Amino acid sequence: MSVSTSARLVAADVTIGYGERVVVEALDLAVPDGAVTVIVGANACGKSTLLRGMARLLRPQSGAVLLDGVAVHTRSTRDVARTLGLLPQQPITPEGITVVDLVGRGRHPHQGLLGRWTSADERAVTDALVVTGTLDLADRAVDELSGGQRQRVWIAMALAQDTDLLLLDEPTTYLDVAHQVEMLDLLADLNRNRGTTIVMVLHELNLAARYADHLVAMKAGRVVAEGAPHTVVTEEIVRDVFGLDNRVITDPVSGTPLVLPAGRHHRPSLLAGKSPTPEYEGAEYL
Amino acid sequence: MTATLLEPTADPVAAVRRARRGPRRRYLAVLGGLIVLATAAFAVNVLLGDYTYTVPDFFRILFGEQLPVATYLLMESKLPRAVLGILVGLCFGIGGAVFQTTLRNPLASPDVVGVTWGASTAAVVAVITFGLRGTAVSLAAIGGAVAVALLIRSVGGNVGSHRIVLVGVAMTAALASFIEYLLSRASIWDVQVALQWLAGSLHASDWPTVRAVALSAAILLPLLAVLSRSLRVTQLGDDLATGLGARRFAPDGMLLIAVLLVAVAVAASGPIAFVAFMAGPTARALNGGRPTLLGAGLVGVVLVLSADFVGHYLIGDITVPVGVLTGACGAPFMLWLLARGTSSRSSS
Repeated sequence: MSVSTSARLVAADVTIGYGERVVVEALDLAVPDGAVTVIVGANACGKSTLLRGMARLLRPQSGAVLLDGVAVHTRSTRDVARTLGLLPQQPITPEGITVVDLVGRGRHPHQGLLGRWTSADERAVTDALVVTGTLDLADRAVDELSGGQRQRVWIAMALAQDTDLLLLDEPTTYLDVAHQVEMLDLLADLNRNRGTTIVMVLHELNLAARYADHLVAMKAGRVVAEGAPHTVVTEEIVRDVFGLDNRVITDPVSGTPLVLPAGRHHRPSLLAGKSPTPEYEGAEYL
Repeated sequence: MTATLLEPTADPVAAVRRARRGPRRRYLAVLGGLIVLATAAFAVNVLLGDYTYTVPDFFRILFGEQLPVATYLLMESKLPRAVLGILVGLCFGIGGAVFQTTLRNPLASPDVVGVTWGASTAAVVAVITFGLRGTAVSLAAIGGAVAVALLIRSVGGNVGSHRIVLVGVAMTAALASFIEYLLSRASIWDVQVALQWLAGSLHASDWPTVRAVALSAAILLPLLAVLSRSLRVTQLGDDLATGLGARRFAPDGMLLIAVLLVAVAVAASGPIAFVAFMAGPTARALNGGRPTLLGAGLVGVVLVLSADFVGHYLIGDITVPVGVLTGACGAPFMLWLLARGTSSRSSS
């Protein structure tokens, strides 16, 4: 997929923090339209904070997040919600809510003062259920579903919102590897079929390299590298960003870069010599 | 369109319509059932008791026929009392459910977090310290509820924070001891008046009170109906509420309306204990776990009317104020709520 150069969502010189503590510092990021952008980085590098800032959940201390050239904080929140969708890391599942009801709540920004249910709502909810494969669960209670099913329902809710841009904070957390791949395939489909611009924070570096058109590596509140995965996922940058010795090879399945971490017990030098007997922690320093 | 993981359903739109119908049917059945119960409770309160009316007599009197004693008793005592019971039941029930759903905590009802105590305390201060009576005391009660609510909100932090409940419980304890202190220094005559503000009762119901409460409810409830639409998304957590474009002031706006509803009810009948606390979770349990404000209001009506009748006529030859009876139900109810909470709590 070709990455266009235009960007409707832009973080311009954004500094975000909690009180005195600055988490994201003077950061610039232009989210390429129609692409999948994935933000990676070590724990506490500010990637989730940046995403929350772009979703207007946090107000920048300085700088601005621009959506179509206007600072999101100055726009009506309903207006923004019709263009920019968000799936947070841990949304609350209300007790007893059915799948169709939950997905229907994604229509909130499109509904009037009295929230009348229109045929447009019906169509959007139906589409969202079909695309995510949750139509057959429509009348089930969300709290009875498995983790993977539940996450698909939440994605369906975000789809029903019918926005051009969708931000997701670690959408694969708590899912096993099969469901992680299923979830990311679903988002890639969404990007390709509807042209939805997707921005997500992911923990799994190799999956990020596979699914990202545009990969952003963050460290200590700043962008260290960004671009196509093969330019960002290099041994040097991975060592810098995660503090991890590693080797990068080409993923035989996808052709994208694949990071092989080198732990204390699995170093090329050790492998060449004696067998890597696991010992207790800190043994190397004795 | 992408391939789905499951068998394609013949008509997706029809499947969506069918799925939406189930909970709606249950909701309408719950509302219908509660309306029948509330109507029955109303009829029992008006028609039975010390003086029994037949249904034809009731309507004859209602439409102006003058019967000795019967007309006076119905029009000046039983009817205003039952109508006030309906109104305060609605106010307490809906106000309580708004607190519990907005703060996402079944313990966070206005009588647990001190809002009704704020009303009582202000009324007791007005009676004992300033020697006021009548409307002035009612206004003081409303002011007291709003003041306590603002204090809890500013100290307790954001909507959705557990601190609000903790601060509220502390507030309740402080206000209760302050009232004890005031009562210990007051004259017997003042204490008599003040006690009406501590135990809820429909004893002093009259038409002017009914009119005042009805007017307040007629203003507050439509406002609440408009704001309550945002509950559908604020329930999903603060992040999603913002993501889905919920108005930032909606939760606080709803809480303020709930405070006023409860305050008006306290000003009219005193704090009818735990009706606000019990109505919401009861309606919710009936509705398959899904909150319903209207359902909570109707449960409030049923609670107040039935407790008033039982307290008035069915406990020996003494009259027990409605608030004492509902208060007695509060403790077992809290245990039920806690037992239920541990077995069926599910979030995210």
